[in-house]
Amino acid sequence: MDNDTHPIRLRETDPPAVRFSQVSKHYGDLTVLDSLDLDIAANEIVSIIGPSGSGKTTVLRVLMTLEPIDDGVIYLYGQPLTHMERGGILVQSSDAHLRKMRSDIGMVFQHFNLFPHMTVIENCMEAPVQALGLSKDEARERSMDLLTMVGIADKAGQHPSRLSGGQQQRVAIARALAMRPKVMLFDEVTSALDPEVIGEVLNVIRQLAGEHDLTMIIVTHQMGFAREISDRVCFFYEGRIAEQGPPDQLIGNPQNERTRMFLSAVLDAD
Amino acid sequence: MERYLDFLVEYGPRFVDGTIVTVQQTVLAALLAVAIALVMGLMKLSKLFLVRSVATTYIEIFRGTSLLIQLFWIFFVLPLFGITLEKFTAGFIAVGMNLGAYGAEVVRGAIISVPRGQYEVAIALNLSPYKRMTRIILPQALIAMLPPWGNLFIELLKGTALVALISVTDLMFEARQINGTTFLSAEAFGTALIIYYLLARLLISPSMLALERVMARKMGRTPGG
Ligand SMILES: Nc1ncnc2c1ncn2[C@@H]1O[C@H](COP(=O)(O)OP(=O)(O)OP(=O)(O)O)[C@@H](O)[C@H]1O
Ligand SMILES: [Mg+2]
Repeated sequence: MDNDTHPIRLRETDPPAVRFSQVSKHYGDLTVLDSLDLDIAANEIVSIIGPSGSGKTTVLRVLMTLEPIDDGVIYLYGQPLTHMERGGILVQSSDAHLRKMRSDIGMVFQHFNLFPHMTVIENCMEAPVQALGLSKDEARERSMDLLTMVGIADKAGQHPSRLSGGQQQRVAIARALAMRPKVMLFDEVTSALDPEVIGEVLNVIRQLAGEHDLTMIIVTHQMGFAREISDRVCFFYEGRIAEQGPPDQLIGNPQNERTRMFLSAVLDAD
Repeated sequence: MERYLDFLVEYGPRFVDGTIVTVQQTVLAALLAVAIALVMGLMKLSKLFLVRSVATTYIEIFRGTSLLIQLFWIFFVLPLFGITLEKFTAGFIAVGMNLGAYGAEVVRGAIISVPRGQYEVAIALNLSPYKRMTRIILPQALIAMLPPWGNLFIELLKGTALVALISVTDLMFEARQINGTTFLSAEAFGTALIIYYLLARLLISPSMLALERVMARKMGRTPGG
């Protein structure tokens, strides 16, 4: 399947929040993203599933501008992200362009990556103060609101090392949200967690899906969660989208042989 | 024993003077070494080949040749090129530049020991490259580099003894002078040896430990845990 069967039709005047246009990424001889086309509408929630090594994390990393791409262009709200216009043609983004563009994107990582030398509240305030130029009071207020939302306000003064994995991941979500991104990326945010705390993190994401104007791209191995939360599920295979569709269709009634094999393997394991 | 007490009464003030100069040389050389180590360590991690090469060359030269020769170069040879330094200044500059080269490797190692995820999340949070380094990476690297710096500072203290050879009136210089006039070698050099040891053990080691404790607390770890 390709973009012709995209479930949400986009008018030219209404650019998608995210557009991958013929994006390729290689590591040496290994092709990790293979001429990928993917449009994600504003406020859409898309889950990405697929076997290990199929390029799921790479999709998020190139969108977060942590890795350059080798071919194609990524657009954010119609503006090129990986490139910029110079005299009518697209050239590689400068650092300044990347900094301007990526302020709309937030990412939550598998291993939280909280700043160990800062308290929980300092973790959340750091980027709003240092990157957005908010005053400390504004940043503190914004951070406390978010910590309250993720249910961890009582730990604001603690260091991350004193928190459980589930608590750390909720702080990481609050920290990313403190930058007020329009697009949030979640890379297997529960796979480093003990089973008993996975629910608390998923609940926070559910709440975000319900309350906020956020576009979300969620890489996950949890099919139940993907099915429940997503507007659309993309099945990745060897750096391409092998199949995509509404969750009930893709997970409930997959058409592609590879999708079926993958789903039966992960559902058996659960 | 009594003879040694007499010796101390007689020459104690000169040992004190020498010790003060040694401490001054150590502190100034340490400040210089830290500054050089930071600059060279960061340059060694630069994306630019030229910048990296400058740092590599510096580190190679100052680690690959002896401190004594570097000291003599700075004091005796530089004047031939029109740069004349006072002996006190030449002394701590030579020691600082030498230890700075070792420190650069410590800084570099500590920076690359900070987990990759910390850089990445700093990019994701859109911190500028400068703030990524100064607010996220360096504070964490600092914790990793404190123990090796403790060793380097002790090396540096010992290294300052060489400045006596360009007639800086440090502890070693006084000990040599006293030995030259009294021929009481055991007393003269024994006293110097003890003072060097005490400076290392009572000044440098406890200060570094205190710093490590402060940093551990910043990381939310209890001291020693
Ligand atoms: N920095 C890198 N250097 C070389 N190869 C890499 C690098 N990063 C990723 N790869 C390779 O690219 C491929 C895709 O990686 P990616 O992390 O996107 O997979 P994934 O779908 O997220 O897999 P998983 O489910 O295991 O997380 C893998 O084969 C991986 O080994
Ligand atoms: Mg992955």
